[in-house]
Amino acid sequence: MPFNLLVLACFLYVAFLFTVAFVVEGRAAKGRLGWLRSPVVYTLSLSIYCTAWTFYGAVGYAARSGLEFLTIYFGPTLVFIGWWWLLRKLVRIGRRHHVTSLADLISSRYGKSNTLGVIVTLIAVVAATPYIALQLQSVVLSFGVFASAAPDGSRPLDPGQIAVWVAVGLAFFTILFGTRNLDAREQHHGIVTAIAVEAVVKLVALLAVGSFVVWGIAGGVADVIARIDAADLAAWQVAPGRWTGIIFLSAAAVICLPRMFQVMVVENEDEGHLARASWAFPLYLMAMSLFIVPIAVVGLERMPAGANPDMFVLTLPLAEGRGGLAMLAFLGGFSSATSMVIVESIALATMISNHVMIPLWLRLRPGAGVADDLRQVVLMARRLAIAAVLALGYGYYRVSGGSAALASIGLIAFLGVAQVLPAMLGGIYWRGATRAGAILGLVTGLAIWAYTSFLPSFGPGAVLPETVFTEGLMSLSWLRPYSLFGTEAMDPIIHALFWSMALNVLAFCLGSLLTFPGPVERLQGAAFVNVFEGAVGPQRWARGRADPEALLAMAQRILGEEVALTLFQAEARAQGKESFLPDPTPGFLDSLEARLSGSVGAATAHAMIGQLVGRATVTVEDLMAVASESAQLLEYSARLEARETELTRTAGALREANEKLMQLSLQKDAFLSQISHELRTPMTSIRAFSEILTEGEVPPESVMRYGRIIHDEAKRLTRLLDDLLDLSVLENGAVQLTVGLASLQGMIDTALTAARATRPDREFQVIRDLPSETIYLKTDADRLTQVFINLISNARKYCDATRPELRIAVRHKAGRVTVDFIDNGKGIAKDSQALIFEKFSRLTDANRAGGAGLGLAICREIMQNLGGSVAYVPGQRGATFRVTVPLRLETLAA
Amino acid sequence: MRRPKRPLFLARAPYRRRRLRDAARLLPVLGAFLLLLPLLWAPESRMSLTSGDVIYFFLVWLALIGLAAAFAPGLRSGEGVDEEED
Repeated sequence: MPFNLLVLACFLYVAFLFTVAFVVEGRAAKGRLGWLRSPVVYTLSLSIYCTAWTFYGAVGYAARSGLEFLTIYFGPTLVFIGWWWLLRKLVRIGRRHHVTSLADLISSRYGKSNTLGVIVTLIAVVAATPYIALQLQSVVLSFGVFASAAPDGSRPLDPGQIAVWVAVGLAFFTILFGTRNLDAREQHHGIVTAIAVEAVVKLVALLAVGSFVVWGIAGGVADVIARIDAADLAAWQVAPGRWTGIIFLSAAAVICLPRMFQVMVVENEDEGHLARASWAFPLYLMAMSLFIVPIAVVGLERMPAGANPDMFVLTLPLAEGRGGLAMLAFLGGFSSATSMVIVESIALATMISNHVMIPLWLRLRPGAGVADDLRQVVLMARRLAIAAVLALGYGYYRVSGGSAALASIGLIAFLGVAQVLPAMLGGIYWRGATRAGAILGLVTGLAIWAYTSFLPSFGPGAVLPETVFTEGLMSLSWLRPYSLFGTEAMDPIIHALFWSMALNVLAFCLGSLLTFPGPVERLQGAAFVNVFEGAVGPQRWARGRADPEALLAMAQRILGEEVALTLFQAEARAQGKESFLPDPTPGFLDSLEARLSGSVGAATAHAMIGQLVGRATVTVEDLMAVASESAQLLEYSARLEARETELTRTAGALREANEKLMQLSLQKDAFLSQISHELRTPMTSIRAFSEILTEGEVPPESVMRYGRIIHDEAKRLTRLLDDLLDLSVLENGAVQLTVGLASLQGMIDTALTAARATRPDREFQVIRDLPSETIYLKTDADRLTQVFINLISNARKYCDATRPELRIAVRHKAGRVTVDFIDNGKGIAKDSQALIFEKFSRLTDANRAGGAGLGLAICREIMQNLGGSVAYVPGQRGATFRVTVPLRLETLAA
Repeated sequence: MRRPKRPLFLARAPYRRRRLRDAARLLPVLGAFLLLLPLLWAPESRMSLTSGDVIYFFLVWLALIGLAAAFAPGLRSGEGVDEEED
């Protein structure tokens, strides 16, 4: 395989990636992304988890340590199939709060603290540098494989030179597509799509090599299984600590690696994609590792003893003379390396520019000309940061000499970024986590990781003097990097994992428990932890005093003139203003800040608006005020509700009363005409007959007859007037009662006898229960009898049954006696029941038998005076009146 | 702040949705258990890799992926409905 052909293929491949990225960027600009926003692209872009370390290193790992390489994939698998726990929340927070990077997430959660942003950035850069160096090294190594295999003896390139070219090329690609524009959401469609293409290339390459090994070299699956059993895959001893520890470590890394965070959270287009990725990404990982063991086993069998197992993926096909396959494998490895470097450097550059360079620039030039287009500054900062990150990686590669085994560097980098895990998990699940706690935890973790893992990885004597390894720091033996506090039983990486995580978590928790968070911190804490419960109530800007013009100027510097103007105009219109300048309401300041934080990070955006608003932010008092306001609101609405039901009740009662009044008024009118009629009828006949009498010449028998008529009519008049008088006396309560003992039975007897005068023509059957009537009442017997007479007469008058009967039932209970008069007629219609006890009411004129409808009204007044009541009982067979009297009437005088 | 009161009992469909979420939460626990189980198999004497181990791990892996794939559509369609539940 000519080396030049390889270089050419490499260039063609890179050109192809450029084209893909370029086309996609073009479509994104026109808003026509279509299937490019599908979950498939999202899942494939996640595959940057599989770097060159995975592509080449996994085989070497398997050759050296057996199945342990699987742990690197098991961690992410567990995290992804458990997406409902963590990833879903992380992605939701990332989208809701316009998070631009891992550092931005942490800084934003802990009160938009830039200190935290700087610390996380530092950790990420330190951990990523060797990792990037590793990728460069893998590319150089793979070039080396081809160069040394070249039979024509062509001049092998200097490895350093290759590394420089690769680094420069990657920097160019990343700057071109990673810093094209400053998006509100830090998304890069072109790069993501290119990464997805690379994901396919590396998977296809590895599967092709694997298939070749299984079916080309070995004789199929059964043969491979036999070979695996036969192979002495060196000392694969399951070390429980390492097995568990590395699963944990890789699980932490898949969340905390800056590049993973970038593609998983920042570049996420749609939360639904995560559901698909939850199984598709583990499936990808499984496919990637399917042939690792066969390649390792066959490679160990076939290759000479000294061959580097890390390169089996390349050397096996080459040794078998399959140049094309080797080329494909080379491109796969190249893809793995480049995609990782590109995304990692973008993620790191975002952090560096947002948390280090821009804040620094703003501090150095506080009044930096308002006309300055900050966007150019930010983009330039990003470009510089990308170049710097790659330069760092290259520098590390040169310094370390590219000798270290690939896998160990990978794990060390994992452990470095895993230090962010406690602060991140604490931040999104625990409202009590504070800034001070997070800083303490991160710094502790970083220091221990550096001392026990990172610095020693350079080898004894390189950074840490040899004596430190053997005797400990400052000759304190309990401070030896590989056996802190005398714990010597653990493997170095597990030792570092154990101590860094333990002390990190301890410092984080203690710091959080002992400190008091600031108001912004508490707001953000609530907003992050309760992200699924909708918006958090209080505004971050309590009462803005900002000058809208200055705000606009600042927004223009970051968002660009047109975007900023549109934003401000839309807000002004929403506020009902015609100009470009809306009032700086808290809500507007909030949305503006969210918009800016998508470009420069939450901490910077917050600080910039803070400068203009004058007052840094909300205070604890504001928070409390909001809390008590909402409590008051709740209480107020509860009171309102109570008042409303009360009002409804009152309204109902009023309506009833009104209806009654209307009916009464109608009745009164009816009565007036009736009473006039009642008075007039006898008056007319009296006048007429008396006139006849005064004319003389009337036969004596007629005189007698006329006189009787006049007398009768006068009696009727008197009775009517008596009734009216009686009623008014009773109503005024001025009635004189003669209270004495009397037999109920006697009273009923009297009443029945007296009532017989009413319609004596009717045959009326009376049903009584005499034993129950033997009760002696202390009451006014005459008055009570009057009531009875009235009720019985009414029954006689109005009962419309053909064989009328009246039942009188007496009950005695708890000092009160009830007497029911039940007839077998139709009863009284429901709507009339309320009126029968009113004065002058008479239901039908059909049975008018004297009286002016005052009877029941009088009865009611009498019963009131007697301390009892008379009521109509509905729902019986006929009309039922119930008289209730106390057994013993207690008069005031008595 | 007070949370709005949630109903104590649910209809069949939301009940199923909740249990599906529970299952999705339990899946990584099951996975961790199955992936750590082989630690208990290996006696000190067994030093080398057997094909049985490889096959076991890949089968477990495949099963976990299958379960996650089975859960995903239900979880996704239920998203946004009574989310305040966690």
